[in-house]
Amino acid sequence: MLEVSELHKRFGAIHAVRGVSFQAQQGVLGVLGPNGAGKTTTMRMITGFLPPTSGTAIIEGHDIVDQPVAAKRLIGYLPESAPAYMEMTVWNYLDFIADVRGFSGGERRRMVGETVERCYINPVRHQTIGTLSKGYRQRVGLAQAVLHNPPVLIMDEPTDGLDPNQKQVVRAMIRDMARDKVVVLSTHILEEVEAVCGRVLIICAGSVVFDGTPAELKARSPRHGAVELRVSAGAEQLRPALQALPAAERVEAEGDRLLVYPRASAQLMDEVVGLIRKQPDCRVVELKVLDGRLDEVFGALTAPARRAS
Amino acid sequence: MQFIKNTRAIARRELVSYFESPVAYVFTIVFLVLVSFITFFVSNFYEAGQADLRPFFFWHPWMFLMLVPAAAMRLWSEERRSGTLETLLTLPLTVPQAMLGKFLAAWLFLGIVILLTFPIVLTTMYLGQPDMGVVVSGYLGSLLLAGAYLAVGMFTSAITRNQVISFVLALVVCLFLLLAGWPPVTNMLVRWAPDWAVRAVAAFGFMPHYEAFQKGVLDVRNLAYFASVMVFMLCAAGLALENRK
Repeated sequence: MLEVSELHKRFGAIHAVRGVSFQAQQGVLGVLGPNGAGKTTTMRMITGFLPPTSGTAIIEGHDIVDQPVAAKRLIGYLPESAPAYMEMTVWNYLDFIADVRGFSGGERRRMVGETVERCYINPVRHQTIGTLSKGYRQRVGLAQAVLHNPPVLIMDEPTDGLDPNQKQVVRAMIRDMARDKVVVLSTHILEEVEAVCGRVLIICAGSVVFDGTPAELKARSPRHGAVELRVSAGAEQLRPALQALPAAERVEAEGDRLLVYPRASAQLMDEVVGLIRKQPDCRVVELKVLDGRLDEVFGALTAPARRAS
Repeated sequence: MQFIKNTRAIARRELVSYFESPVAYVFTIVFLVLVSFITFFVSNFYEAGQADLRPFFFWHPWMFLMLVPAAAMRLWSEERRSGTLETLLTLPLTVPQAMLGKFLAAWLFLGIVILLTFPIVLTTMYLGQPDMGVVVSGYLGSLLLAGAYLAVGMFTSAITRNQVISFVLALVVCLFLLLAGWPPVTNMLVRWAPDWAVRAVAAFGFMPHYEAFQKGVLDVRNLAYFASVMVFMLCAAGLALENRK
């Protein structure tokens, strides 16, 4: 388990992280936020790269400030853009990581061999890291982070700069690992949150502004539970009738679509369907309940920061 | 035990890194060519008609001035620039372990390069009977001097992510320490500065301590001097790393 309590970081006059606290259990926790929100700084403090101005992180009972070496043993960390020694071969690099992680002899060889297989970098294991494509380099970074099978895995933008296929591969690996690990990843790709995260944390201007599941995040969208209709004939009569439904709050027209916002989302669809049946001269070609849009909620939650900057 | 294991792991990687890039070979060749050329043609080794290595060791402080900062500049700067420092310092090890590991690797590399000048010793032995004690103490002094330059270079490398800045700063600091105790400089000071000031400046310089080794004098004070320069510079580098932004 990872417990982060009241982390603060000041860089001179800039107060970059202002009291971030959260707990993470097994599964994937996605950290979202606009650029410069303090995601990377927070991760650097949790992994012991930057000393916090105040507050701390406790990794499986080990305090990163008081017992840095013991805590670092339990963490795997993939920094932003997966830095590695460009002049080394993949195998030598992972061998070095395993060496510092305290593995030796046959165990080390076995460990590196397994990791190379698990991260799909076996074909390039004797290549120099500097000659690898971005996708392979990212996977070498991931291999470095998971080599010692850590209970806590922290990744800063693990899919940044990858093509759609590579993103799928990395996401599948992350989902796979999250079964028995605490995984914390930062991203600014909203679809990724839905694809891999069980829980979301939104950080804005150094503070946590949302902590919950992706579904809860979507539910905050004003469109959540709204009914969208595409009408090919009779839209004029339908619109006031929809407006009059008890479950409808208001109706908006968007091109040939009508959007009915809910007052109480539960019955809205039933009422809309009942209404359409009673209006034979209306032709409805498409009807669906909207789930809400993450980008809207994200925009609303992080709006104060945008105005400030 | 953990300290030794981690230091050794860092040192091993650093050495592998040296020899996986062509820079190490170029560096070695440049040093060997330069040292042979200067010994035989500038210092007139043959014409001097003496079976000792003074003309050889005389130039080491000046050649190290260019070559050691070049070997040291990437040690931390490159880690900072490429971001690997973040991976390195989130591994379960401490800054002193990483510092010592890198220092020992680079020193070992410089040691190998210096010892590769052995054909000059063989030449001297063929031509006459050099005092082997003086030769050994000369090499020891040369190694210690290289270590001191290296420690300075590690410090300047730890304070910047730019290798060129690291190189120039190391060169300036080493040049200062080299000139501080050199007889022409101290002779100049003698005319107007009080005696204690001249001695203080000279005590900080590399040259008087290095010269003692070249005369075959093994004095604990000279050993302590080089050790203290190295320890001081490495501690300063460690502090610079711990307090980075």
